[in-house]
Amino acid sequence: MSVVHRHRPEPAELDDADRRIVNRLQDGLPLVERPYAAVAAELDLSEGELLYRLERLLEDGVLSRFGPMYHAERLGGGLTLAALEVPEADYERVTAAVNAFPEVAHNYRREHRLNMWFVLATETPERIGETIEAIEAATGLAVFNMPKQEEFHVRLHLPV
Amino acid sequence: MSRASLDQVAHCPGASPQRLRSLLERGLPLTERPWQALAEQCGMSEGEVLGWVGRWQREGLIKRLGLVVRHHALGIRANAMVVWDLPDATVAEVGRRLAAEPAVTLCYRRPRRLPDWPYNLFCMIHGSRRERVLKALDGIVERHGLHDTPHRVLFSLKAYKQCGGRYTREKQS
Repeated sequence: MSVVHRHRPEPAELDDADRRIVNRLQDGLPLVERPYAAVAAELDLSEGELLYRLERLLEDGVLSRFGPMYHAERLGGGLTLAALEVPEADYERVTAAVNAFPEVAHNYRREHRLNMWFVLATETPERIGETIEAIEAATGLAVFNMPKQEEFHVRLHLPV
Repeated sequence: MSRASLDQVAHCPGASPQRLRSLLERGLPLTERPWQALAEQCGMSEGEVLGWVGRWQREGLIKRLGLVVRHHALGIRANAMVVWDLPDATVAEVGRRLAAEPAVTLCYRRPRRLPDWPYNLFCMIHGSRRERVLKALDGIVERHGLHDTPHRVLFSLKAYKQCGGRYTREKQS
């Protein structure tokens, strides 16, 4: 499995209009026939300019995805955050073993005794337990499962 | 600005909501009438597509239609998971207050895993540099009187995988 940011590109240059677009659209798009025209009007841009800028932001890799944010649990899926305490000498092997699971959506190395943190997204809630068992079998390590118990809503997800 | 009534949707047996959901996971088309474009791909009318998506939003299957920002491309290099060990009686109230802090981009209550893990509130703070994240955290501790609350900052050292979850599998036809 490849490392996502093997070499880090320079930060993309965003101008003021780009920033307003990114901040506005993190809040969501209205459910109307011409949603881009509606947002463009709010931001004092033309529809064409908004679409052009969004295309460029996707191409530049500033935006990875544009669309619905699903609520995994209500879709009938399972979602959890899990951690492992990985021995330093074994880190690469365990990373490969964990990332080989398609259910692993994110995997970060963090500064703690529990040094590997990953998100599991599965088609059914039952699959979370099965996947954790399979990860424990593949890695030989105990998985700490920390599913969300309550979400406290933030207004803006990542102000730029 | 039309929203198809659910009755209308129910009367269209050939349309496939499953296919629509699967197409939506790939993202909303960047075209003037994105719902129309999706409608053409899944055998529905534009109104039906709007009807389904509106229904999924009301039912909470879709939290919002928006975008996912790639942190690193914006120069946001520091990503800290700040975890707190709060009394069960106050964790929800503190969670709500921390979620209202502009620097906090996600805030969840999760179970402790004693004895290894005593923390029950998780916040994400992103920033261009570690010092800025730590400064933001200092302000949060100050404003909410959290000096005596045990907490830890877990900076990310490396992203080994970062992809959107896929929750639906398109049925083979």
